[in-house]
Amino acid sequence: MKPARFDYVAVASTDEALDALADEAKVLAGGQSLVPLLNMRLARPSLLVDVNRVPGLDRVELDEAVRIGALARQADVLASPAAAAVPLLAAALRHVGHPATRSRGTIGGSLAHADPAAELPAILLALDGEVVARSRTGERKIAAEAFFTGPFTTALRADELLTDVVLPRPDSRPFGFAELSRRHGDFALAGAIVLLRPARLVLFGLGGAPERAPVAERALDEGAPAAEVAEAATRDLSPVDDVHADGAYRRRIAAVLVRRAIQEARSRG
Amino acid sequence: MADARAVTVSVDGRARTGLAEPRLLLSDFLRHELGLTGVHVACEQGGCGACIVLLDGRLALSCLTLAVQADGSRIDTVEGLGRDGGLHPIQQAFQAHHGLQCGFCTPGMLLTAQVLLQQAPDPTDDEIRDHLSGNVCRCTGYAGIVASVREAARLLREEHS
Repeated sequence: MKPARFDYVAVASTDEALDALADEAKVLAGGQSLVPLLNMRLARPSLLVDVNRVPGLDRVELDEAVRIGALARQADVLASPAAAAVPLLAAALRHVGHPATRSRGTIGGSLAHADPAAELPAILLALDGEVVARSRTGERKIAAEAFFTGPFTTALRADELLTDVVLPRPDSRPFGFAELSRRHGDFALAGAIVLLRPARLVLFGLGGAPERAPVAERALDEGAPAAEVAEAATRDLSPVDDVHADGAYRRRIAAVLVRRAIQEARSRG
Repeated sequence: MADARAVTVSVDGRARTGLAEPRLLLSDFLRHELGLTGVHVACEQGGCGACIVLLDGRLALSCLTLAVQADGSRIDTVEGLGRDGGLHPIQQAFQAHHGLQCGFCTPGMLLTAQVLLQQAPDPTDDEIRDHLSGNVCRCTGYAGIVASVREAARLLREEHS
């Protein structure tokens, strides 16, 4: 339970970070996902690029869009105007880890880690968000749909640094958020997010990455009963078995969670 | 430690310097380099909360922080909680209300409770449980811990009034 040897550099700017990034390097932000992997030696990078002292990388800005710096701590975002402008984000952040992990853990780190059972990737997808990735050759925006490519895998290249998370607008649509975990704050065995008008329905913890359910979204927009939408959203799922729950169980609770999320959203208007 | 460098921190109000190679966890630095064994280490993957310290006033799992990251920071551990050789009101409350048995989780519980009571001087039981959700205790069943934090809140409010 101790990390293997690595080199370490604490950078003072994004440019310095980009100069240091290489194939065997990992970016260290809050460390709440990366350091457990180092401790268990599931990750053995040769270099850690610590971005914690990069000024401004944690800013949160609110205008037509909601821009959250990748280094913004989850606890700080929860207390920021961004959370007030996007109530779904606030509701989901309360399920991300525990006070001690949220005080260090970052928005960008959670997205780049891309745990299939994590809340923030699912939130980015549900809100039509995108991330900004910078490299020495420039900057590109990657939509959530294209960013999460599989379990713990994203479209981010080894020479890129995730700098910003952009939600297209303050968003007060009625929402529902439901997840099942063994202990509050733990990763979800399964989770469902629902937004109304226009509808979004995102499932997480059930496959390699969070996914929208387009057929069920259309049914939601047409006002179909919750049970019918839940059936449409979960019919074709084949979640994996693992030590926490078997796939058949996950599929059954997914339908329950979708129903609950729909009921919660509709009760909000 | 071929790659060791000096790390200077202000721990519990005292400037301390020790050696750390990049992979040394802050928890091990505090325990082995600085001798602060009040920092407890259990799961080493962020799941139990035993190793919690305050890093520049904020909760931090010292097993998920590298010692080199803390260079120049202020750290508060459970060892600095007591006052003038006596117990802090949160410690008094844990003693009086059976907030511990074996004591392994207690340093993390105390510091997490301290931060809660700074933010919410009169928390509900639900808020206490929610705030302590990342701290695992295998002895008490938590009822004594919740009662202790409630009592600590009362003691601290009395002190401030």
